[in-house]
Amino acid sequence: MAYDKFTVLKSSAVPMPIENVDTDQIIPARFLKATERKGFGDNLFRDWRYNADGSPKNDFVLNNPIYSGKILVGGKNFGSGSSREHAAWAIYDYGFRCVVSSFFADIFKNNSLNIGILPVQVSPEFLHKIFTAIESNPASELVVDLPAQTITISATGESETFDINSYKKHNLINGYDDIDYLQAMKEDIKTFAAKSMY
Amino acid sequence: MSKIPATLFDKVWDSHAVRKIEDGPDVLFIDRHFIHEVTSPVAFLGLENRGLSVMFPEKTFATADHNTPTINQHLPVQDPLSANQLKALESNTAKYGISHWGLGNPRNGIVHVVGPENGITLPGMTIVCGDSHTSTHGAFGAIAFGIGTSEVEMVLSSQCIMQQKPKKMRITVTGTTGKGITPKDVTLYIISQLTAAGATGYFVEYAGEVFEQMSMEGRMTVCNMSIEMGARGGIIAPDETTFAYIKGREKAPQGAAWDNAVAYWKTLKTEEGATFDKEYTFNAADIEPMITYGTNPGMGMGITQRIPVAQEAGGSAASYEKSLQYMGFQEQEPMLGKKVDYVFIGSCTNGRIEDFRAFASVVKGRKKADGVTAWIVPGSHIVEQQIREEGILDILTAAGFELRQPGCSACLAMNDDKVPAGKYAVSTSNRNFEGRQGPGSRTMLASPLVAAAAAVTGVVTDPRELI
Repeated sequence: MAYDKFTVLKSSAVPMPIENVDTDQIIPARFLKATERKGFGDNLFRDWRYNADGSPKNDFVLNNPIYSGKILVGGKNFGSGSSREHAAWAIYDYGFRCVVSSFFADIFKNNSLNIGILPVQVSPEFLHKIFTAIESNPASELVVDLPAQTITISATGESETFDINSYKKHNLINGYDDIDYLQAMKEDIKTFAAKSMY
Repeated sequence: MSKIPATLFDKVWDSHAVRKIEDGPDVLFIDRHFIHEVTSPVAFLGLENRGLSVMFPEKTFATADHNTPTINQHLPVQDPLSANQLKALESNTAKYGISHWGLGNPRNGIVHVVGPENGITLPGMTIVCGDSHTSTHGAFGAIAFGIGTSEVEMVLSSQCIMQQKPKKMRITVTGTTGKGITPKDVTLYIISQLTAAGATGYFVEYAGEVFEQMSMEGRMTVCNMSIEMGARGGIIAPDETTFAYIKGREKAPQGAAWDNAVAYWKTLKTEEGATFDKEYTFNAADIEPMITYGTNPGMGMGITQRIPVAQEAGGSAASYEKSLQYMGFQEQEPMLGKKVDYVFIGSCTNGRIEDFRAFASVVKGRKKADGVTAWIVPGSHIVEQQIREEGILDILTAAGFELRQPGCSACLAMNDDKVPAGKYAVSTSNRNFEGRQGPGSRTMLASPLVAAAAAVTGVVTDPRELI
């Protein structure tokens, strides 16, 4: 699945200071029945976002018009639980391109990178600064600079660098994915497979 | 030059690395790929869009489990969306020549149950599936982990996956467990000590007497739950218990191939002096029957304890409070005596024959409590058959329970088996997340023995009082 190239993203952000946000909350299992990758954004955080009768829950951040933007900022251990890539699809489909947290679950991180969402892991202290900045001004912008590997709070100029391995970075900047890479090494794979005992 | 002692994990991983990319992931060759109806359709669509094919269809095995009903499986599936996914799996596997055990097939069942019981899962393999509980297969000394749908597409098209090699952790449990302590209690105890994120970024090897003495079913339960502390997977060195379990299973090696395989499998262990990035040691005597009180699997406690206060539990107080509020529990309350509305025994964690034997051992001679709805769901048709043959069904029936048909069922409630909002379930499954067993449902994770004690008393009960 091709995705948009990612270089520098400047945007306001949506704060979700909750720990252990699991992928069952991001997209509940009953919405995984599709056979095509579309429409998942409508059910992003379905049970936190809507009452059983379909009316929006006013106290949930996605229903609060003062918050918007292409960056979702979550608490520690974001994306734990199920391996469902649908969670990343729902986040992308809703319009987010970057998720910031102090800690990500592994599979969620891989899934995000594979579909063009940049997971930015920051220190707990910097995460706290981001939440504070958004709290004092919901229109606060963050600048996520992938080539420089920095995230900056525009209002204060405070900045932190983040890690990403150079292979994944190259892919995101160019809009490539792993399948392109693997297709180019098929002969090596065949040779390897011929020696496999299974 | 002396050789650096290797861990079991290193041996299996390094022997499968087709290429190592500098400051990038390894290209890892995959021996077995399991697929099911929920996370594969978009991957097949991706293949079609790119004009790619399946490189090694004989290395992929498909089963229908997540969406399947647990009654009347001979009738057409009522939910049109579920039926559509099942149909997609059938046509995709037929198109590419992939083995498929659909609904009604005698080999059908939960992907992580049918792999081992048919001899598809073997020591030293790399195994992936679009399901986080693929870590189950680590019980055989395989490197097994869950993947996303883009990665399913990668494996279908190239039999490889691109992965950063995880860090290594060893968890040793010494001594022997007491009466009424099951492998589920061992794993819930470990997760409660390490938290739901305590092993993120690591692959965990389990070592020590407790695991050496454990059955294969028990080892699968432990490895299954590794993902619940954030680990990429769990692994246990294969031994005579492992070989005895595999021998004679349908797809296991036979004859000379068996002897060769066993000779290789015997080399699959961590060498003396090998180092891990992190090590933990626990004492089996500290483990009592466990139950969770919160909304992640790390929020577990000994069944006779009181719910910890936020400061003791660690993490942010606000998230902790939100969790207890969802569950309708208070800090410092005991869990014993809490009312239970639903009991679920099954799932890839505890849907194997040993789990039903344990359940029946408590239920025998007793009656199901009034007001409890019990879903007893075998992990596969083969397990269902064993339940009948061993007389477990008679015990269940005499106690007022009904046996259902295999599938993931109430573990993730993608089928009709949903716990209603506000109701309490004691569940042998792996996740107590908000709404996991149906919107608004409240799940307490526990062993089959604790589930059985709840099913016959209607409240959270220490199973040691009943055995």
